[in-house]
Amino acid sequence: MVFPQLHTFFEHAGRLATFAGKFFAQVWRRPFEGRELICQLDETGTKSLVLVLVTGCAIGIVLSMQSRGTLARFGAEAVLPSMLALSVIKEIGPVITSLVLAGRLGAGIAAELGSMRVTEQIDALEVAALQPFRYLVVTRVLACIVMFPLMTIACDIVALGGGYIEASLSSDLDYRLFADQAFSSLRLSDLLFSTSKTAVFGFIVGLTSCSLGYNVRGGTREVGQAAMQAVVVSSLLVLLADVLMVRIDLILFGS
Amino acid sequence: MPDADNVITIQALHKAFGGHQVLRGVSLEVPRATSLAVMGGSGTGKSVLLKHIVRLMDPDEGVIWVHGRRIDVLSLSELDALRLRIGFLFQGGALFDSMTVTENMDFMLRHHTSMTEEARLDRIMEALAWVNLQPAAGQFPAQLSGGQKKRIALARAIILEPDILLCDEPTTGLDPVSVRTVSELLVRLRAERDMTIVTITHDLLCAEITADAAVFLHEGRVLARGTIAQLKAHEHPELRLFFG
Ligand SMILES: Nc1ncnc2c1ncn2[C@@H]1O[C@H](COP(=O)(O)OP(=O)(O)O)[C@@H](O)[C@H]1O
Ligand SMILES: [Mg+2]
Repeated sequence: MVFPQLHTFFEHAGRLATFAGKFFAQVWRRPFEGRELICQLDETGTKSLVLVLVTGCAIGIVLSMQSRGTLARFGAEAVLPSMLALSVIKEIGPVITSLVLAGRLGAGIAAELGSMRVTEQIDALEVAALQPFRYLVVTRVLACIVMFPLMTIACDIVALGGGYIEASLSSDLDYRLFADQAFSSLRLSDLLFSTSKTAVFGFIVGLTSCSLGYNVRGGTREVGQAAMQAVVVSSLLVLLADVLMVRIDLILFGS
Repeated sequence: MPDADNVITIQALHKAFGGHQVLRGVSLEVPRATSLAVMGGSGTGKSVLLKHIVRLMDPDEGVIWVHGRRIDVLSLSELDALRLRIGFLFQGGALFDSMTVTENMDFMLRHHTSMTEEARLDRIMEALAWVNLQPAAGQFPAQLSGGQKKRIALARAIILEPDILLCDEPTTGLDPVSVRTVSELLVRLRAERDMTIVTITHDLLCAEITADAAVFLHEGRVLARGTIAQLKAHEHPELRLFFG
């Protein structure tokens, strides 16, 4: 029974493309839902900050612990700070943050819009000429586009902090020396490109989750399913997009 | 072309959902400042019919005129302008559950009028007084009972002072006292504000209080039309079963 699944796949892909088209058509239109956008930014930030900070800190510590042993075998312990900074800022920070947020925010968005759909709140907005797409979808996607890079920066900072703390516990390491070494091998373009690519991840997660929630048909069961699908699909799409973006990074800025 | 006296004219409406034919040619007219009850067993497409009037759904076949204009050829902004003249009470209320009762209504006023905050609040309190629920102003929908939700939803539906009101089962699930309250409210809206009202209902009491005329839907068609008394006296077995 591959064909029905293939059919659903194309149906979803089509819906997502339509949704993206509608987003770009509506995002420029006035009036802007400024009030709701601020609300969403606030909510997105509050929901995810602690989770991102804890994740970042844990990653920094673990990365530092594991790398030191490996580097020691090659007598290369001195490069630990650079290695940490490069891997956290170029890849691990952006991707882990985006995956964590895909889980935290994606499920929430899909469940919220899904239940608004099945309780006819979206229809109620529609018949009151309140532009539900602009009010609900555009604001949430924009909030994700803004918040993903900010959260990534927060994650990067605590991950390096965690890495430093772990490193300084096992050997006397001055933080200035650590910072010096960490940033000596890092280029500004590394930081800018890898942080701003998370805006694209935010767009993907926001759009996918909104689309799955907004298009729910049926009842509570389908809402739960949409929330689950939002996490799975947006995580996969983030990973896929990451492969493409790394490729682009290599072409644009070299290794 | 529809008769100019009719606020709503529906002609030969057909609608299917993936092979399941729900409406098979429904036609009806609603004259200005009258109240029509749409009756029929559940699942016969009453809600689907009502949603077509505000273009929440598009028909497979058939045409709808509202205020003398074909709604299927309106531009988006014309459609929005028309929708603002229509109040819609959803079957489940459809209150925005992230907002308080006041915010539910203020949201509409803020977007569609240039009223000051004070004026808006006055209007909201007036609407809440209509449904006799001023104390609920600061509460969230989740804190309200089913009957209270319906009445708040009704207050929200009339907050922009529409001239058409479409109600999907306004009294279902209410206690007999509330049924009477809500029904009498609908009568007042028509008498005092000249509203044209279409009410879907199973509720004989509500229909008898509010409706000038009624249609009975069965298997996607209008099986009978007339006054409530005429429908009650109808000899078709479906109607006899319905009115028991
Ligand atoms: N959006 C929809 N998609 C698919 N089927 C629907 C949709 N809306 C209603 N239906 C179907 O249309 C039929 C009539 O529904 P409805 O108008 O809600 O009945 P009622 O007369 O009780 O209000 C039902 O069988 C329902 O399953
Ligand atoms: Mg119904």
